[in-house]
Amino acid sequence: MQTANKVSQQQLTGASGQQITCLRFNGDISSVSRDAVLGTYQALDKASHKRILLDFKGVEYLNSSGIALVIQVLMEASKSDQTVAICGLTPHFTKVFTMVGITKYATLYPDEAAALSAL
Amino acid sequence: MTVASGSRVEVRLPSRLGFEKVAMSTAAGMAKLMGFSEDRIEDLKTAVAEACINAMEHGNQMNASIPVSVVLSMKPNELEVKVMDNGTGMEVPAPAPDIDRKMSGEEETRGMGMFLIQALVDEAEWVSGTGTDEQSFVRLVIRMNKESE
Repeated sequence: MQTANKVSQQQLTGASGQQITCLRFNGDISSVSRDAVLGTYQALDKASHKRILLDFKGVEYLNSSGIALVIQVLMEASKSDQTVAICGLTPHFTKVFTMVGITKYATLYPDEAAALSAL
Repeated sequence: MTVASGSRVEVRLPSRLGFEKVAMSTAAGMAKLMGFSEDRIEDLKTAVAEACINAMEHGNQMNASIPVSVVLSMKPNELEVKVMDNGTGMEVPAPAPDIDRKMSGEEETRGMGMFLIQALVDEAEWVSGTGTDEQSFVRLVIRMNKESE
């Protein structure tokens, strides 16, 4: 019943010329996605990956356990002086992320192009 | 298809994570038949999923052999969803998540399900049962707003 989740990583360049590490999520983001989400993030070298973009465009299902994983990424990023931005959320999950306060710690962009032009 | 008030659908799910999506799809289908807007349907889907996950995890202790029953009832201008389990009920009301406390580690990062349910539907009621003869349930209602639907 759980769609296999996969996280791919890509290096992008923002409008400011800064390197941005994009983590693209696919499938389900729920309690069973812990290794995919946190594992992929934690495998990044904190010193050389200072700007992180979490891309939810390919996500088919997201629940509160998945949102908790995003908060854990934000916690660790905050401790490592990394900046995290989020893109590709549906309007519904943009509302939900705002309701739970994630926008206090990560800027939401409608899509990758909007994120890159601002970063 | 004529959508008649009083129509009722029941779904029984094993207490296994992932099956909440069956209830989500059913709720979305019924809400669409009733003419709810896409954004209200998305709200309902998230609320139903969270209610089912709570029923599986807290009510039925993830025992896959104990089903979660979901009863969806079309009423005049509203859709009611009851999610039933064999637990003894949830502590309500759920506090709103405090993102600062979560970020500092003072509050669990999880535990937002009940808050989301309360925030996304028009009415949410938790009723405690005995866990054996009488099931506990959460009752969710979304109402048709004629001006915006």
